[in-house]
Amino acid sequence: MKSTTQPLIELKNVVKRYPMGTTWFTALEAIDLTVEKGEFTGIVGPSGSGKTTLLNIIGSLDSPTEGSAQVLGHFIEKLSHKEAARLRNHHLGFIFQTYNLLPVYTVYENVEFPLLLLGLSNDERKKMVLDALEWVGLTDKMKSRPAQLSGGESQRVAIARAVVKKPELVLADEPTANLDAENSHHILKAMVRLNQELGTTYLFSTHDEKVIQYLRRKITLFDGKIASDDVMTPQGG
Amino acid sequence: MLLFKLAFRNVIGAGLRTWLNVVVLSLSFVTIIGMQGLYKGMQYQSEDAMIRVEYAGGQYWHPKYDPYDPFTLEESHQPVTGAARRAVEAGDAIPILITQATIYPQGRVSSALLKGIPPEQEIMEFPSEQLLRTDHAIPALIGTRMAKANRLAVGDYLTVRWRDANGTFDAQDVQIVHIFSTIVGSVDGGQIWVPLQHLQSMLKMPGEATLITLKQEISEPPVLPGWDYKGMDILMADLREMVASKQVGGSIMYFLLLFLALLAIFDTQVLSIWRRKKEMGTLMALGLTRRQLIGLFTIEGGMYGILAALLGAIYGTPLIVWFATHGWEMPEMVDDFGFAMGSKLVPSYSFFLVLGSTLLVLLTVTIVSFLPTRRIAKLEPTDALRGKLT
Repeated sequence: MKSTTQPLIELKNVVKRYPMGTTWFTALEAIDLTVEKGEFTGIVGPSGSGKTTLLNIIGSLDSPTEGSAQVLGHFIEKLSHKEAARLRNHHLGFIFQTYNLLPVYTVYENVEFPLLLLGLSNDERKKMVLDALEWVGLTDKMKSRPAQLSGGESQRVAIARAVVKKPELVLADEPTANLDAENSHHILKAMVRLNQELGTTYLFSTHDEKVIQYLRRKITLFDGKIASDDVMTPQGG
Repeated sequence: MLLFKLAFRNVIGAGLRTWLNVVVLSLSFVTIIGMQGLYKGMQYQSEDAMIRVEYAGGQYWHPKYDPYDPFTLEESHQPVTGAARRAVEAGDAIPILITQATIYPQGRVSSALLKGIPPEQEIMEFPSEQLLRTDHAIPALIGTRMAKANRLAVGDYLTVRWRDANGTFDAQDVQIVHIFSTIVGSVDGGQIWVPLQHLQSMLKMPGEATLITLKQEISEPPVLPGWDYKGMDILMADLREMVASKQVGGSIMYFLLLFLALLAIFDTQVLSIWRRKKEMGTLMALGLTRRQLIGLFTIEGGMYGILAALLGAIYGTPLIVWFATHGWEMPEMVDDFGFAMGSKLVPSYSFFLVLGSTLLVLLTVTIVSFLPTRRIAKLEPTDALRGKLT
């Protein structure tokens, strides 16, 4: 299943359709896309343009109806449920719009979670969690529970959880949608820094102008198709 | 191990919801073990009393003797000879003669069993030595239940009528020399005990008996030709059946309690799966497989059982130990239950009883916890993240 191609992500003619009553709704149509290692790329477009669907396919949470989606050398459409889970566990980090922190866990435990799944030792986990919390500036909140955090802090915890295992690719679905301007910039700066320091590839789905100004590449989706693919000069970072 | 760790965190993190389930389930634990112990104690106590007072090492019956059919008494007697006689002479057994009689207490008429026992016997823990008194023509012993039912007191004379071996009716007064109190109702109610030799001569059955009771210390019951040996399996069959039937009746209560606890857990699991869809999606995005998710939720449910067992042990152990030491005061009416229980019932708890009940509850809790999680097997990560169940 491993390929010899170099890009981190390579989508060829990806189509995604959903059943809708007696007909089918096409969410993505003939998507061709290549993302190289270390990119800080955003998929932008209006609601319903297919951003999240595309991100889900790249994140192996969903599979294409047609075409081929190759991520880190794995063909998503050929992965079993278990293999997809393994890919996510070892190589991918996710950041969600609604943070999706585990409510009964503390900040420390939330960030530690992916490392537990990787079966790392207690000492290794501790060091990596503390490092990740330091990157996002939340070492003083490690014993807090998600309910005690502000939106910005929650998203920083989500970022720490996504990057703690130093994945090759971080997928962020509307990461600033629930944040105010100040927190959005704070979060984006943290991600830019991690992208530069750790070499992690970031792929966002967003329609937030604040995010767009930090991107180095902007892919615009419209009605499930790529409308434009532009190289950007980051303003915010 | 990872799933256990995560499940433990989730269960403890759920706070009050967890503890409500755990408290209800722990009540089931303690009740089930407590009730089982009570029934076991009831059986042991009754069996022990019946062995000491009535059955000793077992009984040899005349082949025609049927304790449930008084009409067989007329024919179920025979001379104690040969091996049986030698056993009696060696002090290893005692003969008992039984006949049906009519008594006339306080001008009323009633039927009773007239039982002849050697007054000097020591095989049964029974005050037969009271019959050694010679200042009465026919001394008679009765139990408290018999005395109460017929309003008899020590010193009272009671007219007894019987039919002898020739079929001739005869009657005579016996005098109550002692009223004994026993927890074994089967040697008391409707029975009058008289010296064996007196009864043999009254019935014109010299040297005869209806049954022979063997000494308890004899491990291997000898073969007595002409007599049918009845071991504890037969003699205690009624008691064991009665305990079993009462156990079934009593178990309805604790099964109801267990059912309520299981319902609460099932409900919690269903709610949990419904409310935590997004969390499940997140866990899948972080790399958990569906099978691991099912395992996690099942272990979470099973953990209620483990926590309930621990909580139950904390407050249940002192309670159980106290009852096992001090016993359970029984109301007077238990005499009418047909059990040899006495005024106190001492529950009996064995390691296997506790282990068996605990495993049963844990297994049921795990199954109940697993059932709702089957929905997860069809769960798509994208649907879960959107908070939708497929």
